[in-house]
Amino acid sequence: MAGEGDLKLLGLLVSPFVVRVRMALHMKGVSYEYIEQDVIDKGELLLKYNPVYKKVPVLIHNGVPLCESQIIVQYIDEVWPGTNGSSILPADPYDRATARFWAAYVDDKLFPAWLGILKAKTQEERAEKVKETLAVVELLEAALAQCSNGKPFFAGDSIGFLDLVVGCNLLWFEALRRLFGVTFVAAGKTPLLAAWAERFGGTEAAREVVPDADKAVEFAKKLMASLCSAPVANAS
Amino acid sequence: MAGGDDLKLLGAWPSPFVTRVKLALSFKGLSYEDIEEDLASKSELLLSSNPVHKKVPVLLHNGKPICQSMVIVQYIDEAFAGTGPSLLSSDPHERAIARFWAAYIDDKLVTSWVQSFRGKTEEDKSEGTKQMFAALDTLEGALRECSKGEGYFGGESVGLVDVSLGSLLSWLNATEVMSETKIFDPIKTPLLAAWAERFRELDGANAALPETDRMVEFAKKRQAQAAAAAAASDN
Repeated sequence: MAGEGDLKLLGLLVSPFVVRVRMALHMKGVSYEYIEQDVIDKGELLLKYNPVYKKVPVLIHNGVPLCESQIIVQYIDEVWPGTNGSSILPADPYDRATARFWAAYVDDKLFPAWLGILKAKTQEERAEKVKETLAVVELLEAALAQCSNGKPFFAGDSIGFLDLVVGCNLLWFEALRRLFGVTFVAAGKTPLLAAWAERFGGTEAAREVVPDADKAVEFAKKLMASLCSAPVANAS
Repeated sequence: MAGGDDLKLLGAWPSPFVTRVKLALSFKGLSYEDIEEDLASKSELLLSSNPVHKKVPVLLHNGKPICQSMVIVQYIDEAFAGTGPSLLSSDPHERAIARFWAAYIDDKLVTSWVQSFRGKTEEDKSEGTKQMFAALDTLEGALRECSKGEGYFGGESVGLVDVSLGSLLSWLNATEVMSETKIFDPIKTPLLAAWAERFRELDGANAALPETDRMVEFAKKRQAQAAAAAAASDN
């Protein structure tokens, strides 16, 4: 596509933070070179372009790096506004504040909770983190009711910022279900989120970008081995 | 200020996150009702406006609540885009850089400074101090990059990052007084030291920043309370 300059993305296919950036790029119809990183044994490129945090994703636009996924998504939205008919952040300042508030909540509370399930060294710790994750999901059900106002997505008729921020965690919910037998989004407890999750998964951007949960399971096993944590529970 | 805009800020004067919002309102030239909360006995208004975190600051704009200091500051900049200076550049790349450093200040500087103050052991506290100075070192480089030879992170005038870091000044100055060490050291971080002096002298900053003396008094009281609680629990 004309005018996009040189765009590279350093990432990890299963990282929720990378998924949300790739979905944003897909929504804008922007092409880029994707470079998979080893996040356990970090390479030169990552250390060079993200010296502060040494994490993925890093978007390199015309040689200039941008870090932190929520910041990158907002950047993409601002550089290619309304391209392909899609605006990622809402136009109204109050709606934007609401989306940013919940996005901050998701990254501060949801991610560390479910990551804690993987990193837990004891069954007690794991159970505690599962409980924590479920509590956050319950709150997100209420957030979805408030934000969507009866429409199919957090952002309304089509996916937006908050859908991306929450939705990129879904593949990991499925991975954790396969690893530990826990379900986080179920039609019985969180009906709105369950229905939304199916719709999210069915969007073109999700179908293109979100890897199979098996890949997340594979990565989880590698991560847990590197952390030398308790053996993985046997779940189908 | 636009007619019919009712702004109320639920806050607590010692909180740097509340100060952050006051700085933004002050720089934009916006008037508001300053409502001091008793954090030991939170008001119904606070609890109903911020049910998720139950914390200050909360900005109420015509009765609608906005929570989380960084979200509030960006809201103020966007909702009152025509009033006063912009806190964020219109260039997407500069905006991304500003947001990055503002987030860094909370992730690394605030976290480490809190640890240096409230760490459970002397080891914890000194690790916090070490990380705090490392963060300041990084911010010296950020200031050099962002200011482009001008006086502020925002360039010629204050922006998001100046507001984010500036909101910590009273606490950092109080810490300097109490620990008798320089945090904004003109030898180690000359640009930051000059920036801190320059920022404090701005009318907009003066209006919002608590006095260092008052902060020192508050911090000493807090430390005494914590020591008493620790001593009591040891019995």
